[in-house]
Amino acid sequence: MAKSLLIISRQSPWSGPGAREALDIVLAGGAFDLPIGLLFLDDGVLQLSAGQNAKALQQKDLSANLQALPMFGVEELFYCADSASSRGLGNLSLDEAQPLAAEQITALIDRYDQVITL
Amino acid sequence: MKFAIALFSAAHAPSSRRALLFAQAALAGGHEIVRLFFYQDGVYNASDTLVTPQDELDLPKQWRTFISEQKLDGVVCIAAALRRGALNAEEAKRYQREAISVSAPWELSGLGQLHDAVQDADRLICFGGA
Repeated sequence: MAKSLLIISRQSPWSGPGAREALDIVLAGGAFDLPIGLLFLDDGVLQLSAGQNAKALQQKDLSANLQALPMFGVEELFYCADSASSRGLGNLSLDEAQPLAAEQITALIDRYDQVITL
Repeated sequence: MKFAIALFSAAHAPSSRRALLFAQAALAGGHEIVRLFFYQDGVYNASDTLVTPQDELDLPKQWRTFISEQKLDGVVCIAAALRRGALNAEEAKRYQREAISVSAPWELSGLGQLHDAVQDADRLICFGGA
């Protein structure tokens, strides 16, 4: 059986290539049909902020790639509820992502064979 | 135990030194390293054009020696490398650049190599992540 991998994405979308590069690992895993999960934690939840204007920063929009995750077979999408509320995030752009409390995050990390935090 | 090691930080970062020390200790302890995967700023560890001051630790050189001597699989993510100006001869030709900064024992390849190593290894050990 394939080993499962959890990616914990902690970078805000516009602080550098970090968020995109974390997502690329997830998309590559999905393309290989591997059991893969993605957790948005700390500033990583800002990637889920609705109504981002990438053009104003002359950047490529990450949200479209995030929306495509279920299509790539990545359905285990989570975000830290505390990270979102402490950053005043109400409206999230990814309906499929489930909010998790701190103790649920501990259980989530336990469930996966391998973990990468970026 | 079979280890896969992923490094995400540049050569001057303490986490990159720790990654090398861990890799050396793993082999010394009789363990196997299925692959070293260099991603994000970790690709700088594979750059030939990085010059370390004489009285400082030359980590890229130490990686190169370690990987060559132990005949390890040192894979640099191609997309992360291109973005940071780390090109091997093939990529320099493809993108018509004069500078070549990655050569054997390093290999440029895709993220599939990271997933492959994750599947193969008992443990994935990451250094220099966020």
